[in-house]
Amino acid sequence: MEFSELIKTATVEDVVLWRPGLPAVRGTLCITSHHLLLSSCPRGDLELWLLIRNVDAVEKRVQNLGCYQPPRSGGSLRDTSVSGSSGSITLRCKDLQVLQLEIPGMEECLNIASSIEALSSVDSVMMMYPFFHRPPSLRLRQGWHLCPPERHFQQVASQTSRWRLSTVNRDFSACPSYPAAVIVPAAVGDDTVAKAAQFRQGGRFPVLSYFHPKNGTALLRSSQPLTGPKRRRCREDEKLLGAILDEGGRGFILDTRSAQAAKQARMSGGGAEPKSSYPQWRRLHRALERGRPLQESFAKLAEACGEPAPSVERWLGRLEGSRWLGHVKAGLSAACLAAQCLDSPPCPKTPGSPRREGCSVLVHGAEGTDATLLVTALAQLILDPACRTLEGFQALLEREWIQAGHPFQLRCARSASGHTRGKQEAPLFLLFLDCVWQLSRQFPFSLEFGEQLLLTLFDNAYASAYGTFLCNSEKERSLCGVKENTHSLWAWLNQPEEQHKYLNPLYSHNPSVIWPSVEPQSIQLWQGFFLRWIRPSQHLDEAWEEIRRLVEGNNSCIKEGTGKRQSQSLPEPTLPAGTRELLLPTGNAEGQDGDKGQQITEKPADHTKNPQQITPKKTPDHTKTPQQIPPKTLSRSPKKTQITPKSPRSHKKTQIPPSNPQITKKNQT
Amino acid sequence: VEQVKLLDRFSTSNKSLTGTLYLTATHLLFIDSSQRETWILHHHIAAVEKLPLTTSGCPLVIQCKNFRIVHFVVPRERDCHDIYNSLLQLSRTAKYEELYAFSYNPKQNESEQVKGWQLIDLAEEYKRMGVPNDYWQLSDANRDYKICETYPRELYVPRTASKPIIVGSSKFRSKGRFPVLSYYHKNKEAAICRCSQPLSGFSARCLEDEHMLQAISKANPSNRYMYVMDTRPKLNAMANRAAGKGYENEDNYSNIRFQFVGIENIHVMRSSLQKLLEVSGTRGLSVNDFLSGLENSGWLRHIKSVLDAAVFLAKAIAVESASVLVHCSDGWDRTSQVCSLGALLLDSYYRTIKGFMVLIEKDWISFGHKFSDRCCQLDGDPKEISPVFTQFLESVWNLTEQFPQAFEYNEAFLLQIHEHVHSCQFGNFLGNCQKEREELKLKEKTYSLWPFLLAEQKKYQNPLYNPDFSPELTLLEPNTVSFNFKFWRNMYHQFDRSMHPRQSMFNLIMNTSEQNKQLEEDIKELEAKIKQRNGRSDVVLVKEQERTAHPAPVALKSSPCFQKEQPPMPVNDAVRAIEGSNTADNRYSELVSEFSKAEPAVVSLEYGVARMTC
Repeated sequence: MEFSELIKTATVEDVVLWRPGLPAVRGTLCITSHHLLLSSCPRGDLELWLLIRNVDAVEKRVQNLGCYQPPRSGGSLRDTSVSGSSGSITLRCKDLQVLQLEIPGMEECLNIASSIEALSSVDSVMMMYPFFHRPPSLRLRQGWHLCPPERHFQQVASQTSRWRLSTVNRDFSACPSYPAAVIVPAAVGDDTVAKAAQFRQGGRFPVLSYFHPKNGTALLRSSQPLTGPKRRRCREDEKLLGAILDEGGRGFILDTRSAQAAKQARMSGGGAEPKSSYPQWRRLHRALERGRPLQESFAKLAEACGEPAPSVERWLGRLEGSRWLGHVKAGLSAACLAAQCLDSPPCPKTPGSPRREGCSVLVHGAEGTDATLLVTALAQLILDPACRTLEGFQALLEREWIQAGHPFQLRCARSASGHTRGKQEAPLFLLFLDCVWQLSRQFPFSLEFGEQLLLTLFDNAYASAYGTFLCNSEKERSLCGVKENTHSLWAWLNQPEEQHKYLNPLYSHNPSVIWPSVEPQSIQLWQGFFLRWIRPSQHLDEAWEEIRRLVEGNNSCIKEGTGKRQSQSLPEPTLPAGTRELLLPTGNAEGQDGDKGQQITEKPADHTKNPQQITPKKTPDHTKTPQQIPPKTLSRSPKKTQITPKSPRSHKKTQIPPSNPQITKKNQT
Repeated sequence: VEQVKLLDRFSTSNKSLTGTLYLTATHLLFIDSSQRETWILHHHIAAVEKLPLTTSGCPLVIQCKNFRIVHFVVPRERDCHDIYNSLLQLSRTAKYEELYAFSYNPKQNESEQVKGWQLIDLAEEYKRMGVPNDYWQLSDANRDYKICETYPRELYVPRTASKPIIVGSSKFRSKGRFPVLSYYHKNKEAAICRCSQPLSGFSARCLEDEHMLQAISKANPSNRYMYVMDTRPKLNAMANRAAGKGYENEDNYSNIRFQFVGIENIHVMRSSLQKLLEVSGTRGLSVNDFLSGLENSGWLRHIKSVLDAAVFLAKAIAVESASVLVHCSDGWDRTSQVCSLGALLLDSYYRTIKGFMVLIEKDWISFGHKFSDRCCQLDGDPKEISPVFTQFLESVWNLTEQFPQAFEYNEAFLLQIHEHVHSCQFGNFLGNCQKEREELKLKEKTYSLWPFLLAEQKKYQNPLYNPDFSPELTLLEPNTVSFNFKFWRNMYHQFDRSMHPRQSMFNLIMNTSEQNKQLEEDIKELEAKIKQRNGRSDVVLVKEQERTAHPAPVALKSSPCFQKEQPPMPVNDAVRAIEGSNTADNRYSELVSEFSKAEPAVVSLEYGVARMTC
């Protein structure tokens, strides 16, 4: 197949481009094998490159000028077309951008539309742009080994010896959608694993997804067991799962389907683990939407966002009707549940608390390639601070989505406007990104990366110049030679000048678990994505820049001090020498942080002295320690000082000048 | 009363705090076993409800005007009944003199008190706007509240409006609230004026009133027509005609452009808020129920209509240079909303902390928004209660969301003002109009809120504020597309720190605040130690001096406090709480590493506020 066959008309002059919220552009339109290019005439100051793969749907409308002119703003521009007929093409992109092209000449218009349609649905992986894209700054093969399973295993192995790296799948025979190396319990041999694989749909036997060092618990994922209507059993699978738990220990199986759906799956050969054969495991059901309903939800929401000027009622109604936020909530709460099972306080203080504590968790749905990955990846993000760094997040995606065999090519073939076409499309990855975004909203300084990274990831998953999200599994990738012939997205992102854009300036390492709130009041629409092309974001962007500027000024001071953020390869902030002074009034105590850093390094002896005083072991006597230090309030008696600072911050607000009146009143009682 | 349980509104497990409940003359105080205190001002209590007896005791639900809802379980029914009765009595004050403001004593001497009241000087403010000038003058017509009781003494009217015209016009206006100047835009020479509805009925006319409007129109040399905005829906305005009131007939007034805006009345707003609170207070709410509840309450639609009206007003002035006369029925609810928001959009001064105080003092307090009735400060007609001022604050909040850099103040400032509108702790918002306030001798007997807010203004500053963002007198043009209106979680769930069911299940929320506090205390302690050590280190000494030289910095020592006193946002709380809970177990170095990050944390906290719902 040659691309030239698909391109019927390569160049059209005098095309007008309309984009929502932006002035119209007139210029020359070119269609190349992978791009749509519009350069504005006469000045050529604007060049628009659109990856044709990004086009989700093409709508065309042609009319002869003589008959009927639809009432459209800027109709006067059309008068210049000489052919007497014209057409307009609406390109709905996968990233929800809508472009409207007005093309003089009916034939050209139809040709362009069909060329774009044909080019955007080229099926062969090898014909896709990543195989042709050669950015000058990168070398091939760079960035492909960001997170091989071996490295993940090394991390696990440094903490426990209960797991081993198995190469049972080295030729992808046990499971075509798994990578060549996976982590399985050390106590189980490869032949057992291979047998267990036959008992799982698609061969996706239980493998380690994440080892939680705090409690020594493990997060596993698999696909459904093939129990079928006859309730088949598989000794090897039972053994495999049994080897994960201690004698008498308990584990949880988090099924991402409803109990009903799991039962029904038996009719088609699937099912869930029966309690009788897996006595140590308890099943939990958390129904997550996937497949078509999710795709439709996405389409509805995108449609709602595209509606111009709805009333508040209509907007909320459509938001509700799309049910998207409900899916976000469900995804987050399922992940929380998994994380909650894995992580628990070592010594629960109150007996009434739930007993799902410190247990290993196996997550699966049906195929184990969609909702399962959503849950496991999110749970890790919640639990593990290492996953919240830019590097760690990339590794997480690589491990839990790409290598774990999320069928990107099938799921992301079409976006919101292409809902009529296939059955395989589902925006699971978008749902994941949305959940991550919710986390980043709720914990604005716990994630090292910002919204921009999530947007870029979405764009690249749906249409990319890089090979990272190509194909459906590692097996396909190795067949197509993706790693040899395309560039890795990670290599591109991790170039210092690129990486800079994706960092969250507010990030500070947060070693603890981040539990998101899943109340509906806390779940918000990801406007940065869904309204990316619609809402004017200038002011928000400016504010964001301001924050970046403030924090970078701050960081440069810190660096002067200790070089605190060693781990980051952040480019030196390009602030002029005088910036620090300029920043002072707004940046508050920037210098101080730097100072602190210095002080700390100067006095490492402090380490030895202080721990007894700091580490509160939740002992009752500890609560007294802080009280004895008189807080610096202006109140008069020591009794008062205790009360004022201690009233929890929410309550403080009731009495603004805090100390006196309350005291007097209290004395009255 | 001892052994009282405080239930958590949103926790899914039935966890509760046990503690002691105290009833004082002004506050309800709950101290739990870990010595945490919950103070509730009696004036904040909107409703007390006794639920049916359960096995664990007698549940008592208290709803506050600042949207806090507390749920106590009292073990003995008799006690519960006693508390219930005393709270009912205490929360319903019959006389102004019994309000907290009259007993509140912040240890200020008299001169400070007087100075506090002089902080906001409206005469100064009118001077800043550029009046009196060739077209506008100060009128002494209402010096003794003879013409209009609910207006202030000082009123600015067009120079061409003589006293008979004023008197005549006021007779033709509901409650005598004749058209007066609210804001003067000196670059455009256009004015925002306000009044109440005309008593036009179906056909009545008043020549003086027509003259009055003409005078206003003439006072604007740059445009010959003026707008008359009736902020009511047209239907309501027409219904009022039957009662001898109504709206201006365009035929009778020369050069006016009449416009309905369609903001609903106080009763609609009250029930809308009621619906909103019902929805947001439901436990175990699904996303869809929440959204449909939000939709059905219509609350966001009302906010949008208020803001839309303000945008219309501001554009008329800034774009068309036309003066605008705004009225609703009585001209103290919707008119106040629209005039003040319009001015806020037009004039960047009102986007500063001081300016915002001036704006509230001018358009709300002095022009007689009935704070006492609307906020139910005294036991009165429940039909008079309405969240009009809350809507104003929410509209401002929406603007701060859209323009993160345009406002000097932050969300906490708005919340704090909201708090004190209901608290009756300061004299500013007591009473319904200036005349009443003078009769109450508020300036001698009570204190003004503003100096206290100014004193702690660091808490209310928006770190992203950029004074150059919009030069003086440039129009702020908000986008009032529906999706820009969001549920103000920090207002309606300000006190629900446990909007994290996972946490409470994890036993975390129980300890969060406490541990957080400990951590902050630890930080202070450590910081003090570091300082001691630094005293000996030369290098640091230099830096130390540098620090003291900084004009504005929130000293690190106080920055934890700063964080602490932030309005409790469930989300950010959790960040801190969790950081707190776990870092506390960590080694010293990590503690300090978090500690030294305190500053960015503060910045970002603000940012979190600003963009929380984006």
